[in-house]
Amino acid sequence: MSAVDYTSDEMMTVAAARALADGMTCFVGIGLPSAASNLARATHAPNLVLIYESGTIGAKPDRLPLSIGDGILAETADAVVSVPEIFNYWLQPGRIDVGFLGAAQIDKYGNINTTIVGGDYAHPRTRLPGAGGAPEIAASCRQVIVIVRQNLRAFVEKVDFITSVGYGTGPGDRERLGLRGAGPQKIITDLGILTPDPVSCEFIVTSMFPGITQQTIRERTGWDLVIAPEPALVAPPTESELAALRRYKAAS
Amino acid sequence: MAEIVSLAEAVRLAVRDGDTVAMEGFTHLIPFAAGHEVIRQGRRDLTLVRMTPDLIYDQLIGAGCVKKLIFSWGGNPGVGSLHRFRDAVEHGWPRPLEIEEHSHAGLANRYVAGASGLPFAVLRGYAGTGLVEQTDTIKPVTCPFTGETLMAVRALRPDAAIIHAQRADRAGNVQLWGIAGVQKEAILSAERSVVTVEEIVDSLEPRPGAVVLPTWAVSYVAHVRSGAHPSYAMGYTERDNDYYVAWDKIARDREAFTKWLEEHVMSAEGASA
Repeated sequence: MSAVDYTSDEMMTVAAARALADGMTCFVGIGLPSAASNLARATHAPNLVLIYESGTIGAKPDRLPLSIGDGILAETADAVVSVPEIFNYWLQPGRIDVGFLGAAQIDKYGNINTTIVGGDYAHPRTRLPGAGGAPEIAASCRQVIVIVRQNLRAFVEKVDFITSVGYGTGPGDRERLGLRGAGPQKIITDLGILTPDPVSCEFIVTSMFPGITQQTIRERTGWDLVIAPEPALVAPPTESELAALRRYKAAS
Repeated sequence: MAEIVSLAEAVRLAVRDGDTVAMEGFTHLIPFAAGHEVIRQGRRDLTLVRMTPDLIYDQLIGAGCVKKLIFSWGGNPGVGSLHRFRDAVEHGWPRPLEIEEHSHAGLANRYVAGASGLPFAVLRGYAGTGLVEQTDTIKPVTCPFTGETLMAVRALRPDAAIIHAQRADRAGNVQLWGIAGVQKEAILSAERSVVTVEEIVDSLEPRPGAVVLPTWAVSYVAHVRSGAHPSYAMGYTERDNDYYVAWDKIARDREAFTKWLEEHVMSAEGASA
């Protein structure tokens, strides 16, 4: 495969990695967030501090872990602390720059559902894993980045359950609820990047990936999506980004 | 002082029908062998508590041991769903499952309150989430000093806690290291406790950063080599990631699961003492 061939998932992971600056502290979820943050550490952000909810602070894995508690994370960490400590001492006071989350459903205000889909809470059509660390990561990190594939199942007008709060019902809700972090600043998908409108808090498309049309991005969104007048065109993955990402994946 | 007994005896002495039981271990040191012994002994109507139910509770739920589950993340890490858990919640098989659901921060703090001898713990959490309405164990509380609204979570006090650790000495002092999760809190919040260990040694070498549970804080210790498999014990065994991936297919299908249970748990010899 030449460097110009890449999948939409690789573009998404590379774009997410680029959103992390060197030296940041980052609370990482498993799956796509873990792949992106490790890619960032392997490329432009060697001093990115990865924090996993298993209590591993400053983990430096050389392959992608399957779980948030794989041995490779503890073996390479600067410190391993208990679960109460990671949440109470490290996350809760607002020490962590960026929380990196996935989602099963997300709405136009960046609220995340990972609890149930369809039916009601007591009788769900689909029972999802639930909250994990996400509600407090979404509340207390200085900012949040969400990485999720864009389709009608995930991008809904209203989430079936609020597991983690983005901007609630709109401006002022985070302040009213006492959530101290700034909330989600980016939703990175396999089509482009959405950012919140500074006034309405509604997520709008401000960057698009090469080869993606506005029609595709609208068709895969369950609300009346706003696209910025001149969305930025994201540069495709470089040869070295792809090589680093594939090296990680191959080692896993 | 902790008694050193066989796994079967430890489970018989510590776990009764209808008990609230916490088997902890955050990805690392999950006490699978003890969970299987609970299934073999046919315990029923248990309320099980675990932050991440993981495969161990998927197996206990599928085996019909569980009335209620208290948890904060119910997936197969890095793989997908816990299908026995989902089947119980979505279709009531093999019996309906009550659930009580938290965030990790909330459930960890419920253990901290229990271990601390307090009725509740306080945290910045849950505000604006749908979780608050689904349980009476999360309530807002006003700080008496600043007037801020925070969230209180009710203390957990399990009848029994079960964990796996790297080693114990012959007096029953327990030492564990690596990812330590909420194991210490689970043991200290519970009425009775069981610790299975990879190894029993003459004396414990001090180890910086290790968690030590003195013998007088533990009820029973049982020697169960590889007692965490397919989870792992740092320094002794590796996480069996292939098993976690393979579990998806077994657990999807009631028949395949039932066959697995018969072959790998019910017919298996109890772990050696």
